[in-house]
Amino acid sequence: MKEVKVRKIKNGTVIDHIVAGQALNVLRIIGIAREYPRTTVTVAMNVPSGKMGTKDIVKVEGKELKEDEVDKISLISQNATINIIRDYEVVEKKKVKMPSLLEGVLVCANPNCITHFENIKSKFIVEKETPIKLRCIYCERVMKEEDIVKQF
Amino acid sequence: MDIISIKDLTKGEIEKILDLSEFMEKNMHIQNSLLQNKILGTLFFEPSTRTRLSFEAAMKKLGGVCIGFATSKYASVEKGENLIDTIKTVENYCDVIVIRHPKEGSARLAAEVSVKPVINAGDGANQHPTQTLLDLYTIKREKGRLDLNIALVGDLKYGRTVHSLAYAMAMFNASITLISPEGLEMPDELILDLKKFNVTLKETYDLESAIPRSDVLYVTRIQKERFPDPEEYEKVKGAYKIRPESLKNAKQDLIILHPLPRVDEISPEIDQTKYAKYFKQVYYGIPVRMAVLALVLEAVE
Repeated sequence: MKEVKVRKIKNGTVIDHIVAGQALNVLRIIGIAREYPRTTVTVAMNVPSGKMGTKDIVKVEGKELKEDEVDKISLISQNATINIIRDYEVVEKKKVKMPSLLEGVLVCANPNCITHFENIKSKFIVEKETPIKLRCIYCERVMKEEDIVKQF
Repeated sequence: MDIISIKDLTKGEIEKILDLSEFMEKNMHIQNSLLQNKILGTLFFEPSTRTRLSFEAAMKKLGGVCIGFATSKYASVEKGENLIDTIKTVENYCDVIVIRHPKEGSARLAAEVSVKPVINAGDGANQHPTQTLLDLYTIKREKGRLDLNIALVGDLKYGRTVHSLAYAMAMFNASITLISPEGLEMPDELILDLKKFNVTLKETYDLESAIPRSDVLYVTRIQKERFPDPEEYEKVKGAYKIRPESLKNAKQDLIILHPLPRVDEISPEIDQTKYAKYFKQVYYGIPVRMAVLALVLEAVE
């Protein structure tokens, strides 16, 4: 019998196949504390997985997360899947998709970038997905994976 | 239309600006009222001689007037006003904004905030598109075309002028030789950008061997503060200085350009030679900026 570590949710969103250890960063990227302050959230880390060895899972109860909220996860976990649950059943399942523009998620690595001095959201164009390459639309500086992971 | 980064412009748009610049140059002596009743606001948060004065000269040649400040010392910036507020204020006073600011990305932000067209006159180490356009125009006027052998000499790591010019020349299928001291090579990221185009690229530390095949020698300053060891700086500075004897194997029709200000990377004896075009380059800045102003203000098609 399959061992159940986290109970099923009735309604909401299950973010599965998160790179092991990245679950808390996923919560940070979605801004869960800010956007859904009263929502029950379950986090499972380092869960055994056939495909990935180990993985993290995040369950958000009672909320169906929208695409623009979850796509940002692809920054740290490109193979994460999003399952929308209604009445204990998966009604929709999809992979996260890298957005073409990332707004307000990251901080520009260039210390002399205007975004650090004015009250504005950072904006990055996704120039390449793998390996990831972002470009600040303001200072035009390129950010690579090492600049991105440092921020979480 | 804004002019923020050379990368925003297509090859066709650059060609159009260069053609328009030529038109402006031909008609520069005639009283012109293309931008009559238009006001240019020059916001120079950082000092500049050439760029600001040539924008003002260009505006006046087109019948317009100029307002602005030449250092942030006198502006409300000193009182702590942020850039966004400054732009939202100044755009009420003028029809077009030219901005120079020490922070990278400031011009893009200004353009985002302003309903009036914005021209970037240098945002930190990032972009200075009208410099690139006037460099291209100089080459085109002096050599007739852009698909040439160009050698970029000096600090290729931090120099924004050479970054943008290399990018633009790559668009026009030039053959580019990058010559810099060790440690000041062009960043890999920018090299990758260049390779998107059909470009022949060579990197070397040896200035002398690169000169004979060059049609254009673009020289830039090597800044002392880039070197922790002053002795090292002196050595490097000497090795990358253009002297009359450096040109003994140069092509007869080589042209030497420099964005200026020059310190001593080109010896003054060169000024008298037929190769020296850097002051002509300054002159070409006027018609190019006339073209850019007329274009963003939609005074021309």
